[in-house]
Amino acid sequence: MVLAFIFALVKSSLSRIIALVKKDLLLEWRQRHALFGILLYVFSTVFVINLMVKEPEENIWNALFWVVQLFVCVNAVAKSFLQESRGRLLYFYSLVHPRYFIVAKLIYNVLLMAAFSVVSLVCCIFFLGNPLIHPLYFLGVVVLGGVSLSLLFTMLAAIAAQASHNAALMAIMGFPLIMPILMLLANISRSAFAPVAQPGLPGMFLLLGGMDVLVIALALVLFPYLWKE
Amino acid sequence: MAKHWWKFLSVILLLYVIIAGFSVEIPVIGTNEQSSRNLFFHVPMWMCMYANFTISVVYSVWYLATNDLRKDIVASSGGSVGVLFGLMGFATGALWSTYTWGGTIVNDPKQLTTGIALTIYLAYLVLRQSFTDLDKRARVSAIYNVFAFALLIPLTYIIPRMVDSLHPGSATSPGFSSKDTNHVMMRVFYPAIIGWVLLSIWIFTLRVRYKKLALKNLLHG
Repeated sequence: MVLAFIFALVKSSLSRIIALVKKDLLLEWRQRHALFGILLYVFSTVFVINLMVKEPEENIWNALFWVVQLFVCVNAVAKSFLQESRGRLLYFYSLVHPRYFIVAKLIYNVLLMAAFSVVSLVCCIFFLGNPLIHPLYFLGVVVLGGVSLSLLFTMLAAIAAQASHNAALMAIMGFPLIMPILMLLANISRSAFAPVAQPGLPGMFLLLGGMDVLVIALALVLFPYLWKE
Repeated sequence: MAKHWWKFLSVILLLYVIIAGFSVEIPVIGTNEQSSRNLFFHVPMWMCMYANFTISVVYSVWYLATNDLRKDIVASSGGSVGVLFGLMGFATGALWSTYTWGGTIVNDPKQLTTGIALTIYLAYLVLRQSFTDLDKRARVSAIYNVFAFALLIPLTYIIPRMVDSLHPGSATSPGFSSKDTNHVMMRVFYPAIIGWVLLSIWIFTLRVRYKKLALKNLLHG
């Protein structure tokens, strides 16, 4: 009886979240210019690096790659809240609980960023050479990194949207907060360039996963307060 | 007068710490020589910072629960006084490291992570400035403050314990407590913690009172 009730509850909330994610994906496809704008952004950034340093050595390759990822993420995720007009947000507020809304945004941004991570990895390998010894491991770290970055920036975009859609504010808040995650990612991905195993790798993965869980939990708890107006 | 005793206590303790801290005979630990005296000034700064940031995050959460602007004032004062003591802790540490490690900013994990943590809190102060609406500023900065505190703990507590640091007491550098057999340093160190933390709370209460008056003027002036 109780189980059936919980099951029905989960099912209804899942259907709402899926509907919201579908709506975001559909909007994205209808406004293709934004999507292709970011693709062009990745392409031109990597191409500029290629013009400047040709094929960098592995440490610099790693650093440049993660900086490109950071800026792609800021651009891709900032849009997700900034594109919503005030009236439309109010409409959503009347339809669903804010918690469903933030979960949908998180899922949508994770999907978006995972796709862009792969694109920028391909771009980097194409233009900057391939210093990777364990490419599959690096691919995994890149997707994981894209997910971690997008989770944090989704919440920050929600905060920045409150401050009269101020995109500069997102950089001010975001870059200090993202620094520990980027530091961890750069350390973890260093293993992909070396043939020997790095000590303390499981601990770092655990810490990264812990930070992701922390960000998700904070977003779920705090977003309803952010939306209350 | 009765409730001001802790302010007198703070002044007396700090006078004792400054006089004894520079004159007491301390054991020579490793290559630190006389620079170990920085223990009485550098370490308490971090305790003050933690105390103020903790007050700040508690009042931020409390603000979100009650929507009372006075809670937000307390949170913001805690944040700014915490940043002040954090910067002083960083400065005393950097001064010490210039002469013991041979570089002001070296590749020490504790120095790096506290640098990041302080940047996060500086961003908190910048964020507060960017709003004109009082309620919106209070709500958004309270939410950011919770994020900042949630990252402060792993940054300054968990990560530095996972890796080797150049700080005394970790990895190969000798700790202070094992060499301080007569507890000479501890007799100054514990009063120093209490004295400095009380001083930081004192500054914090002054700031809260000032900000509350400013808010009162704004609302009813």
